[in-house]
Amino acid sequence: MVVNSVHWFRKGLRLHDNPALQEALDGADTVRCVYVLDPWFAGSANVGFNRWRFLLESLENLDTSLRQLNSRLFVIRGQPTDVFPRLFKEWNVTRMTFEYDSEPYGKERDAAIIKMARNFGVETRVKNSHTLYNLDRIIEMNNSSPPLSFKRFQALVQRLELPKRPLPTVTAEQMDSCPTPIAHNHNELYSVPSLEELGFKTAGQDQAVWKGGETEALHRLNRHTEKEWMASYERPRINACSLMASPSGLSPFLRFGCLSCRTLYYKLRDLYMKANKQITPPLSLFTQLLWREFFYTAATRNPTFDRMTGNPVCLQIPWDKNPEALAKWAEGRTGFPWIDAVMTQLRQEGWIHHLARHAVACFLTRGDLWISWESGMKVFEEMLLDADWSVNAGSWMWLSCSSFFQQFFHCYCPVGFARRIDPSGNYIRRYIPKLKDYPNRYIHEPWNAPESVQRACNCMVGVDYPKPMVRHAETSRLNIERMKQVYQQFSQYKGLSLLATVPIIQEEAETDTSVPAASRNQTCSNDAMESSISSVLSHRKRERPAELQCSHSYIQPKLQCSGLDKHPHRSQQQQQ
Amino acid sequence: MKRGRVNVTSKCHGFASTDGRIKRHKPRPLGLSLSQRLVKDWGNLPHHVVLQIFQYLSLVDRAKASSVCRRWNEVFHIPDLWRRFEFELNQPATSYLKSTHPDLIQQIIKRHAQHLQYVSFKVDSCTESAEAACNILSQLVNCTIKTLGLISTARPSFMHVSQSHFVSALTVVFVNSKSLSSIKIDDTPVDDPSLKVLVANNSDTLKLLKMSSCPHVSPAGILCVADQCHGLRELALNYHLLSDELLLALSSEKHVHLEHLRIDVVSDTPGQTHFHSIKRTSWEALVRHSPKVNIVMYFYLEAEEFEPFFCEETPVTHLYFGRAVSKAMLGRIGLYCPRLVELVVCANGLQPLDEELIRIGERCQNLTAIGLGECEVTCSGFVEFVKKCGKRLTQLSIMEEVLIPDNSYNMEQIHTEVSKHLGRLWFPDMMPTW
Repeated sequence: MVVNSVHWFRKGLRLHDNPALQEALDGADTVRCVYVLDPWFAGSANVGFNRWRFLLESLENLDTSLRQLNSRLFVIRGQPTDVFPRLFKEWNVTRMTFEYDSEPYGKERDAAIIKMARNFGVETRVKNSHTLYNLDRIIEMNNSSPPLSFKRFQALVQRLELPKRPLPTVTAEQMDSCPTPIAHNHNELYSVPSLEELGFKTAGQDQAVWKGGETEALHRLNRHTEKEWMASYERPRINACSLMASPSGLSPFLRFGCLSCRTLYYKLRDLYMKANKQITPPLSLFTQLLWREFFYTAATRNPTFDRMTGNPVCLQIPWDKNPEALAKWAEGRTGFPWIDAVMTQLRQEGWIHHLARHAVACFLTRGDLWISWESGMKVFEEMLLDADWSVNAGSWMWLSCSSFFQQFFHCYCPVGFARRIDPSGNYIRRYIPKLKDYPNRYIHEPWNAPESVQRACNCMVGVDYPKPMVRHAETSRLNIERMKQVYQQFSQYKGLSLLATVPIIQEEAETDTSVPAASRNQTCSNDAMESSISSVLSHRKRERPAELQCSHSYIQPKLQCSGLDKHPHRSQQQQQ
Repeated sequence: MKRGRVNVTSKCHGFASTDGRIKRHKPRPLGLSLSQRLVKDWGNLPHHVVLQIFQYLSLVDRAKASSVCRRWNEVFHIPDLWRRFEFELNQPATSYLKSTHPDLIQQIIKRHAQHLQYVSFKVDSCTESAEAACNILSQLVNCTIKTLGLISTARPSFMHVSQSHFVSALTVVFVNSKSLSSIKIDDTPVDDPSLKVLVANNSDTLKLLKMSSCPHVSPAGILCVADQCHGLRELALNYHLLSDELLLALSSEKHVHLEHLRIDVVSDTPGQTHFHSIKRTSWEALVRHSPKVNIVMYFYLEAEEFEPFFCEETPVTHLYFGRAVSKAMLGRIGLYCPRLVELVVCANGLQPLDEELIRIGERCQNLTAIGLGECEVTCSGFVEFVKKCGKRLTQLSIMEEVLIPDNSYNMEQIHTEVSKHLGRLWFPDMMPTW
């Protein structure tokens, strides 16, 4: 029987460590690698210029790599549900393969495609390689619910075997045994579109700081010395240099799958063991990868993960709706140079350091503007190269203290924090050129500079550069009270301690066997609080009727879905 | 499904009737099960039974149930179900949350105003919502409210309501209730005359008054409250209202023991360094009178503005520094705050706080909770601190980035070492590094 394979690229835009692609090649007579592109996306506000450019560069790179193996990438315009039936017939497809997508929308879309494929007699093979581990396994190990704290997650991961070893890159020999039929007019029909074709104006755009593609990813991976790697993966002490886009930064490549997370994992592991006489590396070496894994795990069974209303793991916080304030934040016009510089770097380059993310997220939500984290999430979705659905939503919930049992007392001051990280002010001068003449003393708070200084710097606050949009002392005072109000309802703790308003996670205390049994019971002095928390946590697992979808039953459920407008593209299956 | 009305009271057939004759059973229809024969009419359940059940239901469910039959509707309006109400006033343009339905509000005002005892208003950042709250307040004329809370959930919208409108609405409740025991009016334009009205009508019953950030109140205004309301147990205000006279008034013989005193220290103008001081003797008088009093201080000052504080012994129990606080200040706290129970520091400078922390661990023997964000502490210093506090530390929250590994401990070891001294599993707080 003739086997005609189609490998469907969605994420996983690479030829190394690609088990699904290997399945496509296995014993096949022909193989075609396909990417389905919905041109409608380009018009949607939620995927910005840098993300498109990165994606298209990655696709071009795939095409180039495949060409070297006498194959090509087939970029098909349209929607998967429309595109595949046509291709199945045209190409006589008997097998389709793709990398497992753990996100809820992805799973739904894929289930429909698999069913449809079956009707065409097409066998589907799906392999997991976007995450280090099998996420469902982790969830099962935790009593069928995703771990709610990172420490708990780490404890579970520690009990697993090592992730699967990455597979080698597809070779020419492999491809030779299952060639790709390439038509003369391949370029007309199936080439990677250009940015212009998608409706973007490229004239006047800067060179991309982050160049997409597997080749670039592997180049970054292999180029640096051990010392540099270890230095960057050990406790990252922030300094002004860290804020700049690093030539060894890998997060966008992991997101698009240009780099396999398992390849990175083993590279780190091997480097560590080489440098440390073959001792097993501590889990902390992989912290960044594990955070990514944590959010994927938390999101995979929760289609409401990216919303507040109706999301069982998200606190219902009375955020303010203020489109004007949101626009100022998103466009870097808050009047706080640190915030504006970060948002400018984000818009221009598509990547910002994680501490910069914390600062602007805190500013938007619980720190100053009291605007919903969902709004911030959407802005990041548009501009941030490494933001995908699970990680972006999870991070925003974490940073706004909407979930995951975070203490909310620490608030990043838009001036003070900036002074610690960027004492010279060079980061600000680079991204806000208007302020470049300001002396270090005033660069983080130009409104405090005397008029004479402002005039000398050719930048008057209120004219050339905005006045600060809020008084941080005032807003932080109000907001800490708001957070306390929310948490006191949730935990029913009405005492004086600010720290105790955030309930302790009972599960953490019970599972670690390294702590002697007797002390395990001394976790929290407040028995009543513990029982209310565990009942709240168990409550979360129960199905609740739609209108009562809110945190718990102790307070009168007065919050009902206000029908937040869903993004139009959500109903289209979002692939990237 | 009704199989025919069976009177609830006639459970037993076959007992002799009062006139001695044995009643004949009516022939039963064949095929009916026991449960079907005993079907009660849900509509005839006694009121108190329905009431009990209704108390478990949300307002929404209760409201739906009230349209089922007349009896259930009657139960819905029993005063007991209307003692506690939270009015939520939100505009779609400014909030994601729903508002209490205007019809329901009307119903409450018409039929249940006199039943309301524990009332709160939650408003969003729109001035309209705060105004709506004031309108409702003005109509609660025949009320016997005990607890009143005006809560702005986002921006302080009560401050944008015209002061006269606000004050007159509030006064309606102050005058009519006559048994107010608990009032929360933070971030509102309440003024001295309104407080006088409050005191004139509720001095015997007032137990709790929270009025942080009410700029129209003067020290004299709040002093009037302390002088007259001898049952006052909890008070929250801004530092500029605090005075020696106030503390002495709260410690007078006639006054009950004060339980909570919350003080917000905010600078009105940036760089304000002048804050009036409170005499040590006044603090001592307070603590003598109310030995168990909790004194909570929230500081929202810049590092330079702290000079006037903690120069001598201060009986504060809960301290929160909402912005940066200097190393020197933390040193002073170790010296002068023996009653300290909780310390939360939002941010500090770039030098390690080892010494200051260890001193606090030593001298503040009542310390059970500490939170540190954006500071620096070496791991050894931190372990030393934890050793000094031991198991009394029930809350220890420190950002992972704060700890600096040194020769004695790295990040892996610190977690086991600290857990050992605390007698429970402990981790630093983490932030996503993605």
